[in-house]
Amino acid sequence: MLERKDLLGLEDLTAGEIKAVLDTTDAMREVMGREIKKVPTLRGRVVVNLFYEPSTRTRVSFELAAKYLSAEITSVSAESSSAVKGEGLLDTARTIASLGADAVVLRHPSAGAAAFLSRHTRAAVINAGDGMHEHPTQALLDLYTIREHKGRIDGTAVCFVGDIQHSRVARSNIWGLKKLGAKLRVCGPATLLPPGLEKLGVEVFTRLEEALPGADVVYVLRLQRERFAQGLLPSIEEYARFYGINQEKLALANPDAIVMHPGPLNRGVEIAAEVADGPRAVITEQVTNGVAVRMACLYLLVRRESDDKTYH
Amino acid sequence: MTRLIIKGGTVVDPVKALVYQADILIENGRIAAVGAGLSAGKKAGVIDASGLLVTPGLIDIHVHLREPGFEYKETIASGTRAAIRGGFTAVCAMPNTRPVCDNAAVVEFVLKKAEEAGNARVYPIGALTKKSAGKELAGLGEMKAAGAVAFSDDGHWVTDANLMRRAMEYAAMLGVPVISHCEDPALSAGGVMNEGITSTVLGLRGMPAAAEETAVARDIILAELTGCHLHIAHVSTAGSVRLIREAKNRGIRVTAEAAPHHFTLTEDAVKGYDTNAKVNPPLRTATDLAAVIEGLADGTIDVIATDHAPHAAEEKESEFDAAPFGIVGLETAVGLVFGELINKGVLSLPDAIAKMTVNPARILNIDAGRIEEGMVADITLIDQERKETVQTENFVSKGRNTPFQGWDLTGVPVGVVIGGRWIETRGCVKAAKVKSQTRKV
Repeated sequence: MLERKDLLGLEDLTAGEIKAVLDTTDAMREVMGREIKKVPTLRGRVVVNLFYEPSTRTRVSFELAAKYLSAEITSVSAESSSAVKGEGLLDTARTIASLGADAVVLRHPSAGAAAFLSRHTRAAVINAGDGMHEHPTQALLDLYTIREHKGRIDGTAVCFVGDIQHSRVARSNIWGLKKLGAKLRVCGPATLLPPGLEKLGVEVFTRLEEALPGADVVYVLRLQRERFAQGLLPSIEEYARFYGINQEKLALANPDAIVMHPGPLNRGVEIAAEVADGPRAVITEQVTNGVAVRMACLYLLVRRESDDKTYH
Repeated sequence: MTRLIIKGGTVVDPVKALVYQADILIENGRIAAVGAGLSAGKKAGVIDASGLLVTPGLIDIHVHLREPGFEYKETIASGTRAAIRGGFTAVCAMPNTRPVCDNAAVVEFVLKKAEEAGNARVYPIGALTKKSAGKELAGLGEMKAAGAVAFSDDGHWVTDANLMRRAMEYAAMLGVPVISHCEDPALSAGGVMNEGITSTVLGLRGMPAAAEETAVARDIILAELTGCHLHIAHVSTAGSVRLIREAKNRGIRVTAEAAPHHFTLTEDAVKGYDTNAKVNPPLRTATDLAAVIEGLADGTIDVIATDHAPHAAEEKESEFDAAPFGIVGLETAVGLVFGELINKGVLSLPDAIAKMTVNPARILNIDAGRIEEGMVADITLIDQERKETVQTENFVSKGRNTPFQGWDLTGVPVGVVIGGRWIETRGCVKAAKVKSQTRKV
């Protein structure tokens, strides 16, 4: 069980808590496999999806997760312009508290926004991505997917490739994987590597030829086109040439290495179509597991005190 | 003739680096005598300073009073009252108001408001460029004539090196120092905290130390070229300290200041997204903090200045990215100087006081900061044993944005004399035949 009000990031969670979420996800996968994908667990509970950034897959994933658990869910897309002013989020937090939401799923462009919201509402806050900080449910679904394929996380070598600097997915995964004993590597151009990662126990590379040998998981990060405009990279072609994962590069990793990606994909940039659509990619499974993980998170945070322990 | 005597105090002389027991006799707002066993006659007011330190009136060279334009954050009246509660008898007002203080009319407005408030003295700092936009020179000569004591585009670095050169040449001609906010905006763009492991973990955009240091380096080179007195504001990095030390060793006319938060806190204070720790330049690493302290100790950094930057509570109560930069400093500075510098043996008592009195006075070319016969009687009384917990509800400043809330500080300013007028701030000083003359906030 999660003895906490919110899920703000994996930095805060213990290994035991992470395992509890993953174990609960197993039960949720079972629900999703049923013909009628619905259990009454969260009937009468209200979840608000509050998205200050455009997102289709995460929003829909939470919507389905809530619906499978019979919770009421409503999605609010806030104009990102209103996120410029802090009052926007503070007022929204107060409004949501007054409306009686049990949980708020927040996606926001500012790091720390979920923590800020949490301080101003009694509702459970689930961070669905705050700036470059964390995206814990994404990392949990990634952990679940790795565990499913590799049987364990402890000792597994995971290499993140690409734009580490701007990636909340990488940050959350680094915390989660580290707590569960994985070996961590990152590889990307120097302009996209944040300072200080070595201090977190991460091996840092700029050449795939050095980073990929021995990797059990090749985790490809999405490359935003704006990185070129920002002067961080010379060209898409150069990026694809040195960091794009194609069959040839993938051959550097372990023969049974799986390929992951948080989506949406830029085929031909950070990942070649042959790899993205090939047998070692588990990208569509990530999406499926995402719903189950979010069901588990909602269940663990929003369930009534008196709920039975059906799933444990 | 009005007479006032401060009896039995421990006088701190920052010029001669002496600490000694003496009385101070004040006549008509000026210091008439300093010595043991002075008598002032039966009618004179008496302030019992036994057990208290008696220092020249503290001067804060870097304060944002926010008026005109941002009176909801602070006013000249509230800021100068906060200065007094913090032990300061004079403050320099930075020009980033609305309108920007870039002409004589605004300088005169600030001085008039300060006189009306009747609290701490205010020395206006004029903008270096019009609207601090970094495009054309502000009315430097007319502002000096109106009473500006320094020029600065604080909050912005003058990115155009040629314009900075001309501004420094002109200021040198006027004999007025240029105070530079050293930050190359191209390097710090979008940053909200120090760049490093903590910004990586928090996912916040970082401002590298190099953004400050490249700016310090260029401005030192221009100071050498122009002969202008360059004063570097709020030094926060080890590299800046090193550059300033080298420049001083080479005889370049450069001075520097550091703020209490930069010698007290590291970037760790930002963890948890505490917007009260969001400040520019940002809180840096332990290495930088140690270098700033070393710079204070060896004289590389001449001045302790608060960079008092009040903001409204609702502005700071927001996402970290959206919150404005700034920490209020006037009402916590003395306690932090005692706690972090004097009591830890970094600075002697006179050396620390010099950085808040005679050193800023010399930089600004004002006749203040000393306890000597004939000087205007601006004096600060400090109880170095007294303890006080920082409670923002007790602040006189409108700004409550401090990362030091709840800190226990030892060393409390208990009252000031400004031009012979006695103002008590903690209700703990015994006085006879003289009333504390508190003026409006």
